[in-house]
Amino acid sequence: MIKTTSKALRLSLLACAATLSAPSFAALSCGAEPVTMKAYFETGFPLPSQLAEEFSNQFPNVSFDIREDQFANLMENSPRLLSQDNAPDLIRLPSISDLVANDLLQNLDPYFDEFGWDSFPASQLVQLRLHESGRPRGIGSLYALGLNYSTTGVFYNKDLAAELGMTEVPKTLAELDDLLARAKAADLQPIMQWNKDTAGINFPLQNLMGSYGDPEPINEWIFQQEGASIVTPENLAATEHLQQWIEAGYFPRNANSIDYFNMMSRFTQGQGLLMFNGDWESANLQQQMGDSVGFFLMPPLEEGGRYATMSSPLTFGIGANSNNPDCAAFFLNWVATNETARQINVEVGGSNPGGPAYLPLPEVDPNSLIASTLAASQVIAANNGAMDFTANATGAIFAAAWTPELQKMVGGRQDAEGLLETVQEEYEKQLSR
Amino acid sequence: MTVTETVQNPQAPARKRIAAAWGFILPAFAIYAAFVLLPMAISVYYSLLNWDGIGQASFAGLSNYWEVMTDSDLLQIIGNAFQLIIYFTAVPVVLGLLIASVIRNQMSGRFGTVTRTILFIPQVIPLVAAGIAWSWMYDFDGVVNQFLNLIGLESWTRGWLGDFDYALPAVGLIGTWVLLGLCLLLLVTGIAKIDPALYEAAKLDGATPWQEFRHVTLPSLRPEIGVCITVTIIQALSSFDVVYVSTGGGPGIETTVPGLEIYRLAFAHREVGLASALGVVLMILVLVCILPVQWLTREKS
Repeated sequence: MIKTTSKALRLSLLACAATLSAPSFAALSCGAEPVTMKAYFETGFPLPSQLAEEFSNQFPNVSFDIREDQFANLMENSPRLLSQDNAPDLIRLPSISDLVANDLLQNLDPYFDEFGWDSFPASQLVQLRLHESGRPRGIGSLYALGLNYSTTGVFYNKDLAAELGMTEVPKTLAELDDLLARAKAADLQPIMQWNKDTAGINFPLQNLMGSYGDPEPINEWIFQQEGASIVTPENLAATEHLQQWIEAGYFPRNANSIDYFNMMSRFTQGQGLLMFNGDWESANLQQQMGDSVGFFLMPPLEEGGRYATMSSPLTFGIGANSNNPDCAAFFLNWVATNETARQINVEVGGSNPGGPAYLPLPEVDPNSLIASTLAASQVIAANNGAMDFTANATGAIFAAAWTPELQKMVGGRQDAEGLLETVQEEYEKQLSR
Repeated sequence: MTVTETVQNPQAPARKRIAAAWGFILPAFAIYAAFVLLPMAISVYYSLLNWDGIGQASFAGLSNYWEVMTDSDLLQIIGNAFQLIIYFTAVPVVLGLLIASVIRNQMSGRFGTVTRTILFIPQVIPLVAAGIAWSWMYDFDGVVNQFLNLIGLESWTRGWLGDFDYALPAVGLIGTWVLLGLCLLLLVTGIAKIDPALYEAAKLDGATPWQEFRHVTLPSLRPEIGVCITVTIIQALSSFDVVYVSTGGGPGIETTVPGLEIYRLAFAHREVGLASALGVVLMILVLVCILPVQWLTREKS
């Protein structure tokens, strides 16, 4: 008797919940039994753990067993961990191609139907779709979801910009060039960018590519689609433009010995007018620089042109050998749709939480840096201008081609054409294996 | 009675001795085989495969070795390791000999102890820590450039570890700094063992300090020099940590060494076969360098 009642009660509660919440709410959940989710997150990024904590508050039967590792270790360990019997349920994934090719990740298509993820903008999920053989990307089944979706662009030091008489952000590449030239003439460091360990100058390069051409061919290249090449007239023009910036001294002359953290500390100390980076630093920069920092998107070639920039999901997947795949999928859906989760996502992560297109963005202080990066993410969505990072085209293309070749360009030992051709050569070599 | 028994069965103690010897050797050998010989054999096997470390492997014959021998980048990377020998081996051994000869007479005094301690300290510091500390010093705002500014050589300042011409020597100098202490300690100990009578005899014969060094010190230190050269060449050819923390192999591939490339090939490129082939080639190169040194510097019996 009692059993039936409690079951009936639970059912009616579930029905209430279903009517109260968004239409994407589905019967799939973490159940009522105690569940321990095995999670493998990236060290130094508090967002996933804070989301897990809030999830446990809302669903007390679910606890998390979280293990954290540096990004490089994640990359090395994830295949091994995922191939074990008690694989992580939730895992931060640096790249998914190899894992899908080896059947280590859950195909999320059933959850896509179950939770109604067709209400998410398709452009959010395209980077996470793969052919079952691991390539090409951009088509096929869904194998991961983003906890949030980063936006990149140009951070600028408002105090230095005021000194230069900059009243509004550049609307064309020519206006940006003009700003850089004025900064150089005023003896300011026009751009503070890292190029040690990994090539940070790949950010302005890809932004220039997005100015000169459309993002689609670049995405096709990143997604390893048949016959795609990075050596196009637009990309060549962009790379030549970058070389002019290097030769004009717009980057620090010792950029090859400045690493990411060095760049961050220099920029926050006011050494540099611009910095090409992503909104994962919004909260940090705001805290360090207060109102002295602003953000704008890389301007198009001509006024009124299309805006495009690198924007990629903070990728999380579910192990094929996971013991709790339904609960993990429920968690990912909750992150995208739950109001509190979305608020945490924006405040801690600083990026667009994604999710169904009909959900409003969480409210933030309209004068904050996060507000401007979030607004920029909507401009990119409206322009359909999101590109993945060219550094992610293959697992090793960044270390094996972009980084050494861009370092050579900064060192005056590589030109635009040679750079693109070497990258393409390495790309084809890696795909042929 | 007992005597006759022993004579009747002369094999027994010998067999017992052999059994006992095996008893002592086996545990150590088993561990050595499990953790050194077996992984080495597996590496050789992997080097013949085309394998991403996760899925199905296919047999690749000697194609991985062919790539190691013909890929211009991989050849430059191997060349970088040989350049490091100058900084890891030649400089520390020569400087170590020089310093050891100079402090030979003051060895027992306080001066000798202090000198030895100071020069040996870097050996105690983990290479990773040394690499990080040195990369601060080489930084654009670091002490190296501060010093150059102080003496009016502003035009010489640069980001040393990001410079195409100076990055490899800069990394090499970190190795020099660390390994000088080791070489010095070995050489000072060796010098202390030389019979003082030899030096007295040389002096009586009117030998100059150079002749003393050339004909007494140098020949007597042959085994110690052999150890120094062997250890430091291995350090140079198999270096990884110093490079990994100070430059990450850049700029370009100017400071990439085989150790770093093996790690990247195996874990970033997921080319376990090629990484293993490079590892095997590296081992052969180390042996090719070390065996002649061992042969030339062995003690004549």
